[in-house]
Amino acid sequence: MSEVKYSKEHEWIKLDGDVATIGITKHATEMLGDIVFAELPEKGSNVDKDGTAGVVESTKAASDVYTPVSGEVVDINQAIVDDPSKINQDPEDSAWFFKLKIKDPSEMDTLMNKDDYDKFAKETSA
Amino acid sequence: METKKTSLYQLHQDCNAKFVEFAGYQMPIQYSEGIVEEHKFTRNHSGIFDVSHMGQLFIYGGDELIGDLEKIFPLDLKNLKLNHSKYSFLMDKDAGIQDDLIITKIDEGFLIILNAACKDNDFKILKELLNEKYKMVLDENRSLIAIQGPKSSQILNDIVDGVKDLNFMSGDWFTFENQKVYITRSGYTGEDGFEISIVNDFVDKLTRELINKGSKLIGLGARDTLRLEAGLCLYGHDLDKDKTPVEANLKWAISKERISKGDFIGSDIIIKQLNDGVSKIRVGIKPEGRIIAREKTKIFNQSDVHIGEITSGTFGPSVNGPVAMGYVENEFSKKNTKVFLEVRGKKHPASICSLPFYKKSYVKGVN
Repeated sequence: MSEVKYSKEHEWIKLDGDVATIGITKHATEMLGDIVFAELPEKGSNVDKDGTAGVVESTKAASDVYTPVSGEVVDINQAIVDDPSKINQDPEDSAWFFKLKIKDPSEMDTLMNKDDYDKFAKETSA
Repeated sequence: METKKTSLYQLHQDCNAKFVEFAGYQMPIQYSEGIVEEHKFTRNHSGIFDVSHMGQLFIYGGDELIGDLEKIFPLDLKNLKLNHSKYSFLMDKDAGIQDDLIITKIDEGFLIILNAACKDNDFKILKELLNEKYKMVLDENRSLIAIQGPKSSQILNDIVDGVKDLNFMSGDWFTFENQKVYITRSGYTGEDGFEISIVNDFVDKLTRELINKGSKLIGLGARDTLRLEAGLCLYGHDLDKDKTPVEANLKWAISKERISKGDFIGSDIIIKQLNDGVSKIRVGIKPEGRIIAREKTKIFNQSDVHIGEITSGTFGPSVNGPVAMGYVENEFSKKNTKVFLEVRGKKHPASICSLPFYKKSYVKGVN
């Protein structure tokens, strides 16, 4: 299993073989506040790098969820649709959003490692 | 213009508030626990809201003032008892709502609580309408806090003895630390509670004492979810100059006595609308499922015809689901009418429902 990578749109991605698990970062959930709605892509659909692949809404506002890499949606986490507050509780593990069979592993190289992301998150929220 | 701070700014900071700019003020949108927890704490326990940005307008005068104000507000002010309050609005000649407000009869005249974003304009309008005949003070030396929720009566009464005997929509002068405070049993959350007008120098102390007794500061975020669940309007969203009180489904707030006279600003339009009906009207809207339809969401009928728009929409923590209100063409305003809401390009089913979404628990009593 490879290291976790991060996007500038505050998604995390973990690659296991050619299947990537994607969710939003703890930092993203802290900026959003209480998440009360989640919409995920359809299983079997194809999503393109940096394209919208879902929506999360807090009591305050709606935000798009982007996919950091391209691929076919092979699984979605119905548990967070049924209870969106799970996303605030455990965003970087059990409250993952969707899994992709990725098309181009080199897209992973454009993403940040944890240290770079933490720095980025700190700078952009200041 | 520099953003203003209320006298509770330091306390908000001490309580880890996240601030937003609202009507020219730095106001707390939420504290560390977040909107959902703050909302539930208010419903189940007691929450304190800093509403010091709102206008506290004192107008001093006697019987002549009552007569002059009746030409402005659609209220039977002659029969408004001392220390009793009424919900009303400042209308233009076309009955468009310029602000919604609470007016209370006090010893020396009236106290009117105005929305923060409207207060300066309201002051100008009222001064002109009253021909500068009366002393008017938009008091910047007083703060305003609300304490809301089922435990609020006991908590506040422990500090200011006697408030628990007030009835809903009435008030009186009390003392705190030798300061005169004006307290009304009112609020905007659908819960029992009070609004407290107190001089700026003492609001911090009073609020800290309320917190020590078990109440908590609540931000504007939860104030919005609470008032929407209670079916209450927010000026600038559910009410504005393009909407009349009849269209806003607030005709209960217009005095029948005054309609029969028809001598207040906007009365021609109000009377016409009461007789002939209106083309659009404010309704509650309950989306099916979990989809949240926010302000400006388009509403369609079952034949896919655009029939209106959402003016407030969010997730209601006590309802545990989405809630909204908006304006639809009158023929589609009946309870349980099926409609569709266009969110992110897709139409989602919803139905027209009665308000409030969450049942009130005001303390009523014999007047």
